[in-house]
Amino acid sequence: MTTEPLTFPLTRTGPFDLPAEVLAMRADRPITRVRYPDGRTGWLVTRRAAVRAVLADPRFSARQELRSTPFNTAAETPPAIPGMFIGMDPPDHTHYRRLLTGQFTVRRMRRLTTRVEQIAAEHLDLMAAAGPPADLVPAYAVPIPALVICELLGIQPAMREPFMQATARMSRIDAALEEKQRAMAEVSGHIAEMVRHKRAEPADDLLSGLIADGGRLTDDEVTTMAFLLLGAGFDTTANMLGLGTFALLSNPDQLPAVTDPATVDNAVEELLRYLPIIPGTIRSALEDIELEGVRIAKGESVMVSIPGANRDPEHFADPDTLRTARDTAGHVAFGHGVHQCLGQQLARVEMRVALPALFRRFPDLALAVPPEQVPLRDDMVIGGVHALPVTWGA
Amino acid sequence: MRVQADREVCIGAGMCVLTLPEVFDQDEDDGRVVLRTPEPAPALAQRAREAVALCPSRALSAAP
Repeated sequence: MTTEPLTFPLTRTGPFDLPAEVLAMRADRPITRVRYPDGRTGWLVTRRAAVRAVLADPRFSARQELRSTPFNTAAETPPAIPGMFIGMDPPDHTHYRRLLTGQFTVRRMRRLTTRVEQIAAEHLDLMAAAGPPADLVPAYAVPIPALVICELLGIQPAMREPFMQATARMSRIDAALEEKQRAMAEVSGHIAEMVRHKRAEPADDLLSGLIADGGRLTDDEVTTMAFLLLGAGFDTTANMLGLGTFALLSNPDQLPAVTDPATVDNAVEELLRYLPIIPGTIRSALEDIELEGVRIAKGESVMVSIPGANRDPEHFADPDTLRTARDTAGHVAFGHGVHQCLGQQLARVEMRVALPALFRRFPDLALAVPPEQVPLRDDMVIGGVHALPVTWGA
Repeated sequence: MRVQADREVCIGAGMCVLTLPEVFDQDEDDGRVVLRTPEPAPALAQRAREAVALCPSRALSAAP
């Protein structure tokens, strides 16, 4: 057992593999000491039961001003601004989230299926017209979720490109804090302009609805909430589609489960379990808490490893293998506790449509480069691939 | 079996509807849980227990 705390970044070892440190902990330790870049020590939790326990326990706070993160070297983080509810605890978090939950129900998201099918078909037509090879990331993985969330919120097509570029700049791990803040300010500026426009001229979209039904929400609050939804809608599903396609091309025996309507839903759940897109999330102890035989001191930050939990051999047999037929219930790809992903039903619809549509249109889809040459997003907060060169019709 | 849902605790993630739509639904306006029936048929009991276990906010409970 090591005595020195682990440090960040954790060692990524391949597109589909757990960080080396998380894999090493599997044998004997569900929790270990870490040192965050701000100099403070805390904990890393990697087993599913403990991860769920932390995320469901109100004594572990999501307030952003209390926590250290693997990416932030600054000693102090300001409290969440009004509307930035992912960095809040109940009841503040509850107040904002409840204004949105009606917009993201299972039923409402399923109604978008036909529209997502149209968007996917349009992009497949463009790929077919341009001919192979193509980079699947800008041609398919990025634009589908981006278009869907923009349409849902009511954002004009002209706004999309500047938004995507600024989003990419702010999610780089190695970007200087000032550069990230500049990019975030730019994105917020675009959204604020749109919110002012929609308050004056409401339309039939989520932003207008939030302005109207949200009661006393200020323009700043609506802007911040839209910023959150767009950020979450752009990056996460795009990387699931990019890395998911890479995983399916690497495991061709699993492909029939994706193109078969009877099995695609569970195949998507298995991809959610298997793909290490979100490295983890952080909570901070509001009091001394016993967990897995250690005492977490009040004020310490705990990072829970989402991929670690999803590859826990106590819950998932043969966890490092992609098996679309397995029982996937209980994965924590969307988190757990009161902050569990608000947009998860939208993400499911997007993946259930986009992945089968791709492989039905191009049944012989193949990597256009050797797998080790696919550029991985090891420099980004959210994992996946920067590019996925593919070809077909050979 | 009898299931209970606490709408004050519910955060509208939709896991229960995804797991067992025969028993759980979401309010059209605020997305919070609505019970279609408080007493699922015995054939659904296993999946009802799964929905209770999966609920991210612990808004659901089941008694045998």
